[in-house]
Amino acid sequence: MYSAILFRTIFGKTMRKDPQARILHKQNWGDYFILALESPRITSEAHPGQFLMVRVGETSFPLLRRPFSIHAVQDNALEIFFQTTGLGTRQLSLKQEGDRLDILGPLGRGFNLDIEGSTPKAALVGGGRGIAPLYFLSESLRLQGVSATIYYGGRTVEDLPLRKKFLAAGYPLHCSTEDGSYGFKGLITDHLIQDLKQNPADRIYACGPDGMLKRLAEISQEYSIPAELSLEAIMGCGFGACWGCVHRLKKDQEIGWQKICEDGPVFPAEMIIWEKE
Amino acid sequence: MTHSDLSIDLGFCRLKNPVIAASGTFGYGTEFSRFFDLNRLGGFVVKGLYSTPRPGNPPPRLVETASGLINAIGLQGIGVKRFCQEILPQLQDLDTAVIINVCGSHEEEYAAVAEHLDGFEGIAAYELNVSCPNVSTGGSCPALDPEATHRIVSLVKKSCRRPLITKLSPNTGKIIEVAKSAEEAGSDAISLVNTFLAMAIDAKTRRPKLANVLGGLSGPAIKPIALRMVYQVAQEIRIPVIGMGGITTSEDVLEYMIAGASAVEVGTANFVDPEAIPLIIDELDVYCQTHNIERLASLTGTLAPL
Repeated sequence: MYSAILFRTIFGKTMRKDPQARILHKQNWGDYFILALESPRITSEAHPGQFLMVRVGETSFPLLRRPFSIHAVQDNALEIFFQTTGLGTRQLSLKQEGDRLDILGPLGRGFNLDIEGSTPKAALVGGGRGIAPLYFLSESLRLQGVSATIYYGGRTVEDLPLRKKFLAAGYPLHCSTEDGSYGFKGLITDHLIQDLKQNPADRIYACGPDGMLKRLAEISQEYSIPAELSLEAIMGCGFGACWGCVHRLKKDQEIGWQKICEDGPVFPAEMIIWEKE
Repeated sequence: MTHSDLSIDLGFCRLKNPVIAASGTFGYGTEFSRFFDLNRLGGFVVKGLYSTPRPGNPPPRLVETASGLINAIGLQGIGVKRFCQEILPQLQDLDTAVIINVCGSHEEEYAAVAEHLDGFEGIAAYELNVSCPNVSTGGSCPALDPEATHRIVSLVKKSCRRPLITKLSPNTGKIIEVAKSAEEAGSDAISLVNTFLAMAIDAKTRRPKLANVLGGLSGPAIKPIALRMVYQVAQEIRIPVIGMGGITTSEDVLEYMIAGASAVEVGTANFVDPEAIPLIIDELDVYCQTHNIERLASLTGTLAPL
């Protein structure tokens, strides 16, 4: 069952707009950025796996807010971690410490942290920028006595800028790159399968490209490990009004287009229906 | 602080202020009650309803373009029966105009949806959606044609007990003729415009950016064209005109009113800022006080010569 915190957020009672969240600090590695945003109320209500909608400019272009999962929370601030992939993220990357951002959050339904067992173990799998929500998740799992192992994959070593952050926080970390420039050469899902033999997990949590998540859904079945997968989508509003960000999902025995922003972005793997290739 | 009179009389319905949330951008209303008191609105139009639930289009359903948004949602929705059971009871005690957007894939379906809604209280009017471009290939809809519009409006008018607002499409060269035929058929008001048929292409992959290929463009990008259409239509018909297209500020509202709109609908702006409408209403109040306008409604159709 979902926790009480999650139950509250399902009904969105805690979602709010903070038009003046101040950027406390900024970090940058190539295309990747972290912004820490001061927003006491949104921070205090955030749950791992939830996201923010961030207004990146003052004018009508870009028009829509951009969704970012909550990467970390500390005191009165929350962090977003993102890669510059288009106009919106490029504009956001130009913001400086002291600038203010208009944000909405916390939005969506996050990860279910309840794992059965006396010494539960979780495998946290992040692909590229999909690593974003897994830091907040690992910190929250630690508070619940769950030991988290991080699996972090990218095309090349440049796609793994957060590896030192996870190591510094003391998490076992397994990295993979497709070009072999760092860690295991290949896909992170193959690395996970290899490691699960010595290091079994009671739960898989993941965020990343659809191909990776689809493979993890198969692994979840093959190894009988429940998995919670966070989907990425283009979103219009982020709070359920536009019906733009749908994915095919199985809910109450019915298959249909469900909203990622409101019903997700995190779903149990068995709910997600993958399109045939 | 004294407040100015922002109220609007549409003849069949009185609004607290001219700002109505547009269908398809405001969910079923309840999505926004987390952000502000819905009673502040002039009114809101719930997402379009068919007689049965609709699955909607596959994703991607949205693509952002310069100052605009192209959508091809495909009117996904729970259908009128579930709406009346599950959602309407939450809206019935509101002190604002609740307007239902009525859809149909054929003429009789429009009438059937309206007749079903007739059995429930707490609804101010029906907005007839004869203009959604996203539900059939090629973007055709009844509102492209004066005769088809006339047939649907008169059929629904005869069979239902509530005022009708006919929502027009901009994707026609005959918008004045379509507006006039809706008026003749008994429509109580006209709302315009729905989205502009549009598309976007990924030049790298040569693929369309929407699964539906075509979608409807909304947002600030369409405002000057929509404003022109409101101006042209308002001069030719006697029933009230509700103007919309790219409104994000109180100044946009004033432009539409000066062009001839009695009220306006705000759409895409709700996605960008869920508190957009209350902010616009506050700005309108300030505007009236600063400019000594006693009744905001007096601005309608007051375009001055250059």
